[in-house]
Amino acid sequence: MEWETVIGLEIHAQLSTNSKIFSGSSTAYGAEANTQANLVDLGMPGVLPVLNKKAVELAIRLGLAIDAEITQRSIFARKNYFYPDSPKGYQISQYELPIVGLGHMDIQLENGETKRIGITRAHLEEDAGKSLHEDFQGQTGIDLNRAGTPLLEIVSEPDMRNAKEAVAYMKKLHALVRYLGVGDGNMQEGSFRCDANVSVRRPGQPFGTRAEIKNLNSFKFIERAINHEVERQIDIIESGGTVVQETRLFDPDRDETRSMRSKEDANDYRYFPDPDLLPVVITPEDIEAVRATMPELPDAKKQRFMSEYALTDYDASLLTQSREVADYFEAVAQGCGDAKLAANWVNGEVSKTLADHDLDITAAPVSSVALVELLQRIQDDTVSNKIAREVFEAMWKGEGSADAVIDQKGLKQITDTSAIEAMIDEIIAKNPGQVAEYRSGKDKLFGFFVGQAMRASKGKANPNTLNDILKQKLEG
Amino acid sequence: MSQADSIHTLSLKGIHDGVHTGKFSVMEATDAYLDRIERFNPELNAYITVTRDTAKTQAVDIDNRIRKGELTGAMAGVPYALKDLFCSEGVLTTCASNMLANFISPYDAHVAEKLKAAGGVLLGKNNMDEFAMGSSNETSAFGSVCNPWDVSKVPGGSSGGGAATIAARLAPMTLGTDTGGSIRQPASFCNITGIKPTYGRISRYGMIAFASSLDQCGPMAASAEDCALTLNIIAGLDGRDSTCMDLPVPDYTATLNGSLEGLRIGLPKEFFAEGLDAQVADVIDRAIKQFQAKGAIIKEVTLPNSHLAVPVYYVVAPAECSSNLSRFDGVRFGHRCENPKDLMDLYERSRWEGFGDEVKRRIMIGTYALSAGYYDAYYLKAQQVRRLIKQDFEAAFKDVDVIMGPSCPTTAFGIGEKKDDPISMYLEDLYTIPVSLAGLPGMTFPIGFAADGLPVGMQLVGNYFEEARMLNIAHQYQQWTDWHTQVPARFA
Amino acid sequence: MAISEDEVKKVARLARLAVPEERLAAYTQSLSNILNLVDQLSAVDTTGVEPMAHPLDMVQRLREDVVTETDHRAQYQAVAPEVEKGLYLVPKVIE
Repeated sequence: MEWETVIGLEIHAQLSTNSKIFSGSSTAYGAEANTQANLVDLGMPGVLPVLNKKAVELAIRLGLAIDAEITQRSIFARKNYFYPDSPKGYQISQYELPIVGLGHMDIQLENGETKRIGITRAHLEEDAGKSLHEDFQGQTGIDLNRAGTPLLEIVSEPDMRNAKEAVAYMKKLHALVRYLGVGDGNMQEGSFRCDANVSVRRPGQPFGTRAEIKNLNSFKFIERAINHEVERQIDIIESGGTVVQETRLFDPDRDETRSMRSKEDANDYRYFPDPDLLPVVITPEDIEAVRATMPELPDAKKQRFMSEYALTDYDASLLTQSREVADYFEAVAQGCGDAKLAANWVNGEVSKTLADHDLDITAAPVSSVALVELLQRIQDDTVSNKIAREVFEAMWKGEGSADAVIDQKGLKQITDTSAIEAMIDEIIAKNPGQVAEYRSGKDKLFGFFVGQAMRASKGKANPNTLNDILKQKLEG
Repeated sequence: MSQADSIHTLSLKGIHDGVHTGKFSVMEATDAYLDRIERFNPELNAYITVTRDTAKTQAVDIDNRIRKGELTGAMAGVPYALKDLFCSEGVLTTCASNMLANFISPYDAHVAEKLKAAGGVLLGKNNMDEFAMGSSNETSAFGSVCNPWDVSKVPGGSSGGGAATIAARLAPMTLGTDTGGSIRQPASFCNITGIKPTYGRISRYGMIAFASSLDQCGPMAASAEDCALTLNIIAGLDGRDSTCMDLPVPDYTATLNGSLEGLRIGLPKEFFAEGLDAQVADVIDRAIKQFQAKGAIIKEVTLPNSHLAVPVYYVVAPAECSSNLSRFDGVRFGHRCENPKDLMDLYERSRWEGFGDEVKRRIMIGTYALSAGYYDAYYLKAQQVRRLIKQDFEAAFKDVDVIMGPSCPTTAFGIGEKKDDPISMYLEDLYTIPVSLAGLPGMTFPIGFAADGLPVGMQLVGNYFEEARMLNIAHQYQQWTDWHTQVPARFA
Repeated sequence: MAISEDEVKKVARLARLAVPEERLAAYTQSLSNILNLVDQLSAVDTTGVEPMAHPLDMVQRLREDVVTETDHRAQYQAVAPEVEKGLYLVPKVIE
């Protein structure tokens, strides 16, 4: 009998604010331990939280992008639990009335179909500090620099049915968060991380008992963790056992999830409205003010690329996966005036080279302006598409602009018909047999002559000119 | 009598005028109080910490600045004390708890900052009930405080050390805090004036929290005028407290002399029912008649849900405190147990050893009231009844300008008398708690002595943010009477 | 309503308070007394009454997103029971 997997994701996105959600400490990553933890972050006796305006705006921004209702009067609550990285003994979060209500996001499945994933809610909360387990005489060290960093926890409906869908959802949300400038999405630094609620059931049956896998911070891990968790649960049920509702941790080295016993006892969080904070009231005017600053959303951009630049669905999808790539493409397309050519280059040579060097487009050594210059040399027949790739490679290595490289390496295309004629005459003279065969009707040999001629010109002959002359001479 | 011998009989304005006209220096005023503290504190235990050295350093500095004309304000050169739950930078701040027995605060509370900037001289930190939980000052980890009017009696609580300090003139002014009556009840027991302003009038930043939706700080002094002067300095917006209101601060001294003609005074019939000690009732009645004689109109009002205030309070306050006190975990500050065997042991033993019984009881009650399965029946229910109590006051204030009644059902009780009976202790606050739950301003001022010779205070409740009117009423009363100037003979 | 000793143990654990066995009965008694006092509330009809979390009907003020803090680690850690290399130390945390 078949099993169906049910997955819901809770994604924590750190918000790109300068200061913390409830204090004026910096949120910059990587500072020396506890140098960015002020009185409020340390939970000193007597201190009080004051909410960061930017955090609220960013939450609204994401809410609008997922078509969600923005709560007019949202409430902060305390989630009470003792843990050394939670300095006050409670986390300030939102419980009953989160700032962002029901929304949704469409993901593209591997078969090309679109699937709508429900988003239950998104709420603001403060991040915890970090426990460092290196040995301090058998003790754990606590760094509270991260404590109080604003987080938006985005909770999906249990709408995903396999790990690939979960990854697609997470990737799409990741792109969205970055698009909107809501967060930097840096997964290595933990700015974008995910807890996965996973269960299995027989199709058509009620949901099974779920396990929550904590702190997945890469797309690769989430897929592996879910697949292993699904296998584990099926094994348990098929061998007659029952799945226990619990929190589990994915161990990428051993490729398995394991139970987090330490969290078991802390399940009565005693949520109640934080008396130190008041209801956050958001007016329709506030919402419109945020909407006015919203960038174009990925799906809208994709549609526009398809209509405005006549791109295929495939090209437009690739180009709109990140805002930086889309911006780069648009700069190139507008600079060279040929969107198709620009799309081919950005999705082809540029993205391939980026991948080879494991770089982000913002770090590409060839700027959009520099690429436009190169594409213009293709358009004005200075170089062929093929030679252009060679020029591009040199540009990437920092050997200069397109024109400089073409000049230096003598890659300018030969358009002088007499020079090409001379080369072709020589080839015809050297290959009488093939000429005869061609003339007797073996058309396929045309390609042989093109190849010979190109080689003779070291690839620099203008292909159209070469074709014309060759055809003319062979027909002779 | 030399100048120094009478400084402690002066009002804040008297001290201010004295140091500004050169009658005596800030140092002399400071020394006068430090000497009194040295002499009387051992028998009263009203101070946990006396900041003798820093007080003297401050006095030198302030003397200089006054001489140069840099400081002229009403508090410039005036000595004062603080309840030991206001964080004061570089000064021991214990909350009268073993948990914080060694806590030197790294920062100043908002109000401490304000008084410092105004040129006040901090004499020390007053004893109190541990974490402000108590009505007798007996839960202090640093010992009980004695009532200067009868040292076998409690001074009330939780701001008991502060009340005793003012009553014995060991400072001309101190700041207390009031969550369910912690300024008003001890002020009443000790024959002094104290005001708990409207919730949100003064920043709570740096005031170690007991119950965040109830805590409010306020001045305790001999007179309404001294309270008004202090309130002028400490009231107003502070961006660090989200619950602090952005409302203009009136000059509370400017309206002290307003007429009481036609003032409508409401007497809640529930505050005069069974439970009120007859000898206290007599003193209250006499004072009410005095107001009537001065042209006030007396009306009966009803607060039908006020009998539910104590039960509501003992859900809401412990719930908030259970969470507020979670930060005391032995990690970043405060008591840490010896050789914890693991993390759980660190938490459980540090907290068990650091907190006293009353604090632990309230933490447990609060934890229980918020826990799964009980939240609706306790916490949510209490929040609903809390609204009913507030609505009672709103209805009453449609007919009257202020409400008056007893601050406490009895005069000061004996030390040890109620120590082992938390419930009877809780019921001490039955007239002050409803006001706290509603967030209304409440004050108490001395109106005489009961048959047992102990002081009685009148509670005065105003509408939201009407502290100026309340201070005006109390001040007028203090123009007709001299109860507020009376000091126990031993401390005169 | 009376609370049982087991419930007191549970609550004490949640609140991280190590109640010694010999104090349990006394705590159970005093907590039961408080709950009895509080139980008056259950008789009140609160149908349709909105719970009141704050005494005043106020709205949250928002702070501009500006870094206002500088490093005061040494000063703040002066009151800490145990620190090393700028970290607060606790008994080993096992996840």
